[in-house]
Amino acid sequence: MSALPTAEELKAQIEAAVSGAVVTVIPNGSLSAQHSLLLDHEHARAVALFLRDHPDLRLDYCSLVTGVDWLDTELTEKIKVKKMVAGPDGAETEQEVEETRKTKVPGYLEAVYHLFSMEKKHGPVVLRLRTANRTDRTRVPSLTPVWRSCEFQEREAFDLYGIVFDGHPDLRRILMWEGFEDYPMRKDYVPPADDILMEARP
Amino acid sequence: MEQNLKDLKLELSKNGIFTTTLEELYNWGRRNSVWPLTFGLACCAIEMIATTMARYDLARFGAEVFRASPRQADLIIVSGTVTKKMAPQVVRLYNQMPEPKYVIAMGACAISGGPFRDGYNVLKGIDRYIPVDVHIPGCPPRPEALIHAFMTLQKKLDEQTLRGESRPRHLHADEPSEFPVPEFGAHGLEPAQNDDVFLNETGNPLRILQ
Repeated sequence: MSALPTAEELKAQIEAAVSGAVVTVIPNGSLSAQHSLLLDHEHARAVALFLRDHPDLRLDYCSLVTGVDWLDTELTEKIKVKKMVAGPDGAETEQEVEETRKTKVPGYLEAVYHLFSMEKKHGPVVLRLRTANRTDRTRVPSLTPVWRSCEFQEREAFDLYGIVFDGHPDLRRILMWEGFEDYPMRKDYVPPADDILMEARP
Repeated sequence: MEQNLKDLKLELSKNGIFTTTLEELYNWGRRNSVWPLTFGLACCAIEMIATTMARYDLARFGAEVFRASPRQADLIIVSGTVTKKMAPQVVRLYNQMPEPKYVIAMGACAISGGPFRDGYNVLKGIDRYIPVDVHIPGCPPRPEALIHAFMTLQKKLDEQTLRGESRPRHLHADEPSEFPVPEFGAHGLEPAQNDDVFLNETGNPLRILQ
């Protein structure tokens, strides 16, 4: 069993091999420390081919494709601002006041790939691809041309999350029927109201 | 009167004379040759298979012949989770069975959706689309429970008369034998339930609360 390079080393290797590729290391704070690599859309397939074909890496098996839905979030932070404040005697003085500032962070959909090497018996290397938003720009490049095992799992992510994989050979719904409009695994999905027990529930 | 007739029949049979009525003969035939459809949906089907095998031996009740075609089956045991994608096929199979036909809803899922009730993909009970004769609770029910359901069905058949209000469903001219197959809609099955089948205890259709 050969040792797998760390995420930082992989990032350096990829950026040296694939010109123009932008790789971001997403740290995983848990004990597993399974850091992942966020790829840019333009070079994702070239990076995937590099990871698959590099003689030391040979990540020839993609075992999982997972969809993740990240909702729009509101970031609340406390900042110190200098402001004129009226004191008890009526005179205004400059003071440092704490203010809460709220910023909207737009959500996105994410496809996560877990790569292993059958030949070198190492892994996993975790790749992430993110869409621009959750509504109208939900495209990411498909990695099915690189790993054939992604085909059905990318279809599943398309079916349940609505991630559109560019370059997928046969992107249809796989679990739900044709003509179904919702994406049931998204966090804001509301199932149809067909439950007669609704009234009995708190 | 009825008791007298029974006593008379008993007395006659002791003397070697067998008497019967058309109704008894009809119910005896229906009751003792209920042939189920070879049809399983989930883990309940494993219990159903066990019920037919040597240890539990459903053949004792005249139901050993699982027919592989709905055209030859009398009973559909809905054994397991009915997904929304499968529901039209279940209704279609029921429609293709000849009368008289019966339905056993086996297990929590077939009754109500069970543990998957809140899922986007699971039908909340097959009784929304076809008339169920016997419900078996359990997850999954043991073979004994299925045998009990069978005996309940047999008892139900035995109590039916050829004429009058208690005659079996298929002898009511205005009772339908086929039920509309639900369609795949944009957000779920359409309609969500068949109001003619899905009744509450007052006989009124159950309405979906918004």
